[in-house]
Order: sequence, then C-alpha cells, then structure tokens
Amino acid sequence: MQVRLLVGTKKGAFILTSDEKRDRWEVSEPLFGGWEIYHLKGSPAEPQRLFVSQSNGWFGQLIQRSDDGGQTWEPVGNEFVYQGGPATHQDFNGTQQPWNFKRVWYLEPSGTEPDLIYAGVEDAALFRSRDGGLTWQEVEGLREVKGNLWQPGAGGLCLHKILIDPEDENRIIVAISAAGAFRSDDAGKTWRPATRGLKSPYELPDPDADVGHCIHNIAMHPSRPDVLFMQKHWDVMRSDDGGESWIEISGNLPSDFGFPIIVHPHEPETIYVIPILSDSEHYPPEGKLRVYRSRTGGNEWEALTEGLPQNDSYVNVLRSAMTVDTLDSCGIYFGTTGGQVYGSMDSGDTWKPIVRDLPKVLSVEVQVLP
Amino acid sequence: MILVKLPAHLRKLARVSGKVSLELEGTVTQRSILDALEARYPMLRGTIRDHNTLQRRPFIRFFVCGEDWTHEAPDRPLPEAVAHGKEPFNIVGAMAGG
Repeated sequence: MQVRLLVGTKKGAFILTSDEKRDRWEVSEPLFGGWEIYHLKGSPAEPQRLFVSQSNGWFGQLIQRSDDGGQTWEPVGNEFVYQGGPATHQDFNGTQQPWNFKRVWYLEPSGTEPDLIYAGVEDAALFRSRDGGLTWQEVEGLREVKGNLWQPGAGGLCLHKILIDPEDENRIIVAISAAGAFRSDDAGKTWRPATRGLKSPYELPDPDADVGHCIHNIAMHPSRPDVLFMQKHWDVMRSDDGGESWIEISGNLPSDFGFPIIVHPHEPETIYVIPILSDSEHYPPEGKLRVYRSRTGGNEWEALTEGLPQNDSYVNVLRSAMTVDTLDSCGIYFGTTGGQVYGSMDSGDTWKPIVRDLPKVLSVEVQVLP
Repeated sequence: MILVKLPAHLRKLARVSGKVSLELEGTVTQRSILDALEARYPMLRGTIRDHNTLQRRPFIRFFVCGEDWTHEAPDRPLPEAVAHGKEPFNIVGAMAGG
C-alpha cells in the first residue's frame, strides 16, 4: 500500500510518497517549478489520474493532467469562458466590475466518472469538464444567485471549495469568498444560498443577508453528507441539514478565526481546525501551532500540540492545505505558509514534520493506493 | 522562415529547446507570428495573449532587433530581418518579482 501526498506550493508542486507506515517519506523534485500550484488532486474513480492547477502572473492559467500518478503530464484545456449570469459583480469600492477570469483555485474530480471534473475559479464561478479537462463549460446557474452582490475577500473573489455528495452526485455545495455557500440538488442547473444561521456582523450589517458571507472552508463526511462543518471568516459552524441552516460550534476555541476544517475519516463527529489569531493576524495565538480536535461534533475542543512548535511559531495554514487519509490509523496532514508539511499518523495525538523547507504551501491532498 | 524565442517556462511547456522556427505566408506581424505559433503549439494558447480578446497578457513583452515592440500595433509589419529569419521574434516575461 502506498500513501501519496500531493502538495501545491507558491513555486511548484511536490509529491511525497510513503508506505502505509508513513514514517519515511520520499519527496519529489519540484514539478512545474516556478508556478503557483493552487491545487493538485487525484480522481477517486481513477487514482492514477491527477489534475493540477498551475498559474503565474506572466503566463496565466494552465491545467495539466497525469494518467500515470504524476510521472508524466499533458496540458489540457485552459480556456474558461463565462456564460450567462450577471455581467458584473461588486468590487471593494462599491462599483460594479465585469467578471474577469484570473485563476483556478480548486479542482474536484467526480467520485465515479474519471472524465468528469469541476473547477472553482476566480472571479468566482463553477466550471465543469466532461472530457477529462480538455474543455470547460461554466455551470451557469450559480452566478444567477445575486451574483451582482458578490464581492472579493482579501484573497480575491474565489470559488475555493466544491463538495459533491457521494450518495447523489447531483447534490453539490460550493463555497465562495466573499459571497457565501451555495447548494444545488440538480447537478448545477439551479442553486440557492446555503447560509441561514450564519452571522457576519463585522462584515454584513444585515443580519438576514443570505449572500456576502466569507466562507473559508466546508467539510463533509462521506457517510453523512447532510452533516457539514464550516470554518467561516470568524466562527466555526455546523449544519445537520445539508447546509439549509447552521449553528455555531466554536465553543472553547482560543480563536474562531481560521481557514481549514476537516473531518476524521472513521469518526464523523471528530473534526479538526487550526485557529489563527484574527483576520489580519494570520498566525496562531501565543506563537503556538496547535491543531484543535473536537470529538463531539464541535463546541468542546482539545489542543493537539505534541510534536508541533509551541513557541515562536507564526505561520498560517491556508484553506486547502489540510487533509486526512483513510487508513485505519488515520493520517492527518497540513502544510504551512512557512513551507513545513506536518503529519500525524494517530488521528492528531502526535505530529512530526514530513518536510520542513518547501515554498509556501497552498494545498495538500492525499491518496491511499493499493 | 521565422525564428521565435520563447521564455524558459513556455519552452518547457511546448517541449522545445532553442528557438522555434515557423513558416509564414504574407506580411509578418506580431499577430501572424502568434497565430502560427499557437496553431503549431496549442498548449501555448492563453499563455501569451488572452484566449478571447487576443490581447497580450500584461507581463509579456515582445523584443525585436534590439527594440521593444510590445506596444506596437499587432498588425504592424515587423522588420525585414525578422521576416527573413535573420533575427528572432523574442517573447519575454516582463521583469516582475514574485
């Protein structure tokens, strides 16, 4: 059995491999050196098929695909053309600006069809390819949901998370900064906000606003797709009805600001976050890099510190830079803005650095291969 | 025969080393060179100019015979030295950190 970590960084991608013990890791040479790798993800339906989003300021956006587990790559389609939807969205200064494609933030391959893959892009929209990434078409209905009111977060107006219900792939949830969460039950034909219960008083004066929330990440356990966990700009939230309504579960966290949130693969009520101090202070409270685990589906959190730096640590963990594997003794992995990738092979009780000096880590995904 | 020099990232993407040679008919311009280049190397589409507008990407520069032609009209004929393959059409990533 092989465990393969797919790490996207500010200056290239890295593939880290180990056997199932996960105590010795081989780190690849940089792939796509010099390019920003926002996301690198394998197809659950065909695990040797990998997709990568690479971009930079000079040459724009590329998507490449590997069909041999990352040994060789072929460029596929990189043309993302907005179809329908509103012509403009709100900008920081209150003016309306035309939609302008900038990059692909997130790739979500179908769990069952190797040629079907979704892409979340900036300016925020959802695209779909049915031919393995060769061509992309916008999933048009999404921006109809008050798209003219969407505005960029500090990182841009980005669609950064796509969750597909493994029991019914027509059910899709997406998250957009700073527009909110949206749900479709008909494979993207129609959408509605999935934000009832979210409160963002510092950013949105209207307590009933259904768009405009800055969602940082959403996690789903495959066995219970109606239970969702959210790390919002501020607040950690939970939904038990597929995003129709949310309640806060921040509980005793030292800060409820953060980016990633994940669910334990075998314990659907065990969740993990990495709190940082505030919206401007993107580093852990007290200089202690702590993962927080709740075994009760939220509210009651414990700090996981063994093996993590507990002084002078001022790194951040970005929204797509934390993941879990599916082995019996669950592995948890996260990468930092300081270039470290940490792993825990015992559900978070103890941690070790897997590699220390990569470029700034933008995303981490994992595959377990037979 | 036209010679085109690509920046390193795009040479790697197109899997070429050294200069690219292209056969062109008619007047040799920025546009005709880029059209021919993208036709022969489709993976370069979108990396030098926008897919739809065909506008140059902001951090791309075109240098020709020691001069900056970046802001020249895309249909302006290029110098004879480029049209005859004596000098390359240089596509350059602009100086920009990051």
